[in-house]
Amino acid sequence: MSSFIKSTKEANQIIIIETDGYLNNEGGEAISAICYEKIKGGQHKFLINMAGTKVVNSIGVSILIEIIEKLQEVNGKIGYYNLAPIVAKTFNIMGLTKYSTVFATEEEAVGAL
Amino acid sequence: MKKPTVELKLPILPNMELIATQTAEVIARHMNLTDDQSGEISMALIEACINAFEHSKTDSNVFIHFLIEEDSLVMKVIDQGIGFDKTKVEIPKIENKMGKEERKRGWGLQLIQELMDSVEFESNSDGTTVTMKKNIKH
Repeated sequence: MSSFIKSTKEANQIIIIETDGYLNNEGGEAISAICYEKIKGGQHKFLINMAGTKVVNSIGVSILIEIIEKLQEVNGKIGYYNLAPIVAKTFNIMGLTKYSTVFATEEEAVGAL
Repeated sequence: MKKPTVELKLPILPNMELIATQTAEVIARHMNLTDDQSGEISMALIEACINAFEHSKTDSNVFIHFLIEEDSLVMKVIDQGIGFDKTKVEIPKIENKMGKEERKRGWGLQLIQELMDSVEFESNSDGTTVTMKKNIKH
């Protein structure tokens, strides 16, 4: 597993991925590898805990858009929580918040997704 | 008095943009910028560096100049690549990118323009200079 992925766990049939470090191309690919494998296994809901990711770039974030697109094919959902303000602003500018949800906490996210 | 400047020379290697953001964070602290301002400056800098690394089509170094002014921070990202025509860069929209069999990239200029107070591009066949300015509200 990539060092960018700090942990993965499951709660209420939601796969929760905790990241650590720079969300760049490699970080994005690490998230998508997990999501695509889980989608093949029938999982359709994902949460990303980004407490450990204070810096992103648009290439890494664009891979999240690809995951959103893949999830639309299976009526799935993805959300994020513990975002740094600049990460949340970047997601907003790039339009991710039109197709996925930013939550404040894991509890809120697990309850709502 | 001459305005303080900081200059970096970055080789085109993976994640070198993070050296620029670390420098920007030090400058932001020196200028007493807010965390939000510091984050916006770093994000814009990352995107400008990546554009220079990816699109300049050269092995030459990328130069970054920080100009510390009383009421603003000016950052110049300079490459010696092939240049680009900004009028041919499409403004990205996520709606237009969904449902297409292509990568969802191409957000750099949009992010830079959204996060900075002013952005200027000078580009020709000898290279590109992106000048980004963040006004400081005291």
